[in-house]
Amino acid sequence: MSEKKKKIHLDFNTEWEYAPAPESADHVQLKKQYELFINGKWVKPSSGKYFDTINPATEEKLASIAEANEKDVDLAVKAARNAYDKYWSKMSGAERGKYIFRIARMLQEKAREFAVIESMDGGKPIRESRDIDIPLAASHFFYYAGWADKLEYAFPNRNPGPLGVAGQITPWNFPLLMVAWKLAPALATGNTVVLKPAETTSLTALKLAELIQEADLPPGVVNVVTGYGATGAAIVNHPDVDKIAFTGSTAVGKIIQRAIAGTHKKVTLELGGKAANIIFEDAPLDQAVEGIINGIFFNQGHVCCAGSRLFVQEGVYDTVLRKLKDRMETLIVGDPLDKNTDVGAINSQDQLRTIQEYLKIGQKEGAEMYQSSCPVPKKGFWCRPTLFLHASQSHRIVQEEIFGPVLAVQTFRTVAEVIEKANNTPYGLSAGVWTDKGSKIFNMTTQMRAGVVWANTYNKFDPTSPFGGYKESGFGREGGLHGLQPYLKM
Amino acid sequence: MAKPIIANIPDSPPIDQVGVEERAARLSSRSIKKSSKVSALKLALSMIDLTTLEGSDTPGKVRQLCYKAAHLHDVFPGLPTVGAVCVYPNYVRIAKKELEGSGINVAAVATAFPSGNSTLQVKLDDTKYAVDEGADEIDMVISRGKFLAGEYNFVYDEIAAIKEACGKAHLKVILETGELSTYDNVRKASDIAMYAGGDFIKTSTGKISPAATLPVTLVMLEAIRDYYYKTGKMVGMKPAGGIRTAKQSLQYLVTLRETLGQAWMNNHWFRFGASSLANDILMQLVKEQTGVYQSLDYFSKD
Repeated sequence: MSEKKKKIHLDFNTEWEYAPAPESADHVQLKKQYELFINGKWVKPSSGKYFDTINPATEEKLASIAEANEKDVDLAVKAARNAYDKYWSKMSGAERGKYIFRIARMLQEKAREFAVIESMDGGKPIRESRDIDIPLAASHFFYYAGWADKLEYAFPNRNPGPLGVAGQITPWNFPLLMVAWKLAPALATGNTVVLKPAETTSLTALKLAELIQEADLPPGVVNVVTGYGATGAAIVNHPDVDKIAFTGSTAVGKIIQRAIAGTHKKVTLELGGKAANIIFEDAPLDQAVEGIINGIFFNQGHVCCAGSRLFVQEGVYDTVLRKLKDRMETLIVGDPLDKNTDVGAINSQDQLRTIQEYLKIGQKEGAEMYQSSCPVPKKGFWCRPTLFLHASQSHRIVQEEIFGPVLAVQTFRTVAEVIEKANNTPYGLSAGVWTDKGSKIFNMTTQMRAGVVWANTYNKFDPTSPFGGYKESGFGREGGLHGLQPYLKM
Repeated sequence: MAKPIIANIPDSPPIDQVGVEERAARLSSRSIKKSSKVSALKLALSMIDLTTLEGSDTPGKVRQLCYKAAHLHDVFPGLPTVGAVCVYPNYVRIAKKELEGSGINVAAVATAFPSGNSTLQVKLDDTKYAVDEGADEIDMVISRGKFLAGEYNFVYDEIAAIKEACGKAHLKVILETGELSTYDNVRKASDIAMYAGGDFIKTSTGKISPAATLPVTLVMLEAIRDYYYKTGKMVGMKPAGGIRTAKQSLQYLVTLRETLGQAWMNNHWFRFGASSLANDILMQLVKEQTGVYQSLDYFSKD
């Protein structure tokens, strides 16, 4: 009997294999060196310092990026203030909208180049940058362009007006998309911007600056200052900045909040997460497994709203795990530019070290580690899709954000139990619920302390839908009508 | 409404329409190029059930089809033959004679194909006749009317009875998914067909639109996978109708590969029910070899 049982096994290592299908990078135009984009011009950093940006899949250098210091940031803020006073706040909403529509259209036209650069610089699979990141970034510009002349209808009788200069600091996981989330509403509401993209993934923000130059926006409306944390700090601490928008880690979010305490600066923070993805036994299991995969392995798990804690109702635990492991065997890890790649490269050496540290911690804590058997390239930064089975609430791998393709799995018996466990975290950005029963969905969503709760799907984004967190996942909303509010005084 | 219970069959899991269609779309976005494309197209050719199911069929047409089945494109060496030729029962004897020694099976549709609206006795006689004529495979239709009315036990018993009548012949159970209206029903009908003894489950007769679709096929492949894990028994899959292009056939093979894997990647366990697919695949194969598309006039239509 046990002999027979052993043989029941699916073999996904098939004789027929997919040949490499790399997206061509020939049409991509990258400069050897990128300067700072201040007041509509490319200017050298006052320190004369540059840093390298590399392709995490090959560890090859792509370009040199200027490092902005306090002096450069001050120039950028002055340019933004000048542009605000002279042009942008004086312009009618309809005119501002035209510029933003133009950015959106041009981004669509250059979508392929942006997608390839995004994958080269950040390591994400071309399937995602091509089908999700870039189109979604363009649609955010389209969406907010439409609001530019309708702000009084969005907030009737409130006389909405812009705040002034917005300092925006974006993360490395969705480099262009996060820039779009921040730029589009700021520009639509009449604010000018000093933007600092993440240091490992500055390229698409710089390409967007080129595009903005080409779109002929008044000089200084958008300024891009590249650099590390110190550059970001210079923006946050600059006295003439009226608003800070930050997406990144909770630790940095706390620093920002401390730094601006007692100032006039407004702030929105979109920080970490440790989302619960909850599978009930009456769920559509095959689709739920797809949702688990999409929840944690999308963008190598570098997603603040990733479904990194899985809760499976005990009656279907074995079935779900079997299906999940089979599905993981079909994930292709490798060259981000290959159209068939499902999981790309880890964004940086630092992040890979962090993830590997957590893999050690998880095993030491006593959780059972399971990884898919896929081969990974020798060069570059890679992590196989990973599960931690029999994890518990007191494990660090359950409590802390790993920001990698690592899923902590637990079981539950009752609704009350799973709600308690799901909410038992300092974070509260997102959650997922899988059940065939509508009433159960509504019961769950009203009790989950999370900004977004997906039902029978996961990681779905749309410019019309607000996004943001509870608790230490931050505050303020980006996207939708709600996304206008943080950039307006009323 | 209480769920009607069918003896010895576990509850079928619900299927989320949005989710299954998204998964199918993602599977169809796999990029299959070069050598990978050539070997997949040859595999697809070997999986075709070359089919003619017209009121206007003639002995001559059946003979032509049988010749084509064994000689897909003689100017192109190294091609496989198709998996089977699929005809009405009264042409089985002719097809069997034509295909003698070719290794190609003869499949017959039976059980009051395509509607299935008849008595069990007529269906059994239809089946036995086809088997006696030499059919290697029987493609039966389920009683969709009974299924939709919730009479699952009736459907189960009927399939079991036909299976018995098949003797050594392989039984393919046509669900006619275009009439089942939901993925939940597709899944339930798949489970009934497998537990009742079907050797293959098949989407469609080809007489109803929509016929085979990728999401429906995915639901059925997932049912086969669950059945395999539960019982250890393999069941075959045959999407039929509406698969006309080489590109579609690649999408089905990708779906098969990533759902069931190596053991199913052959014509014992996977078939395409199609009539015009073969020529489109041949065109693509010739194009891969020569770099240019040839006119359809260079490919025989039988």
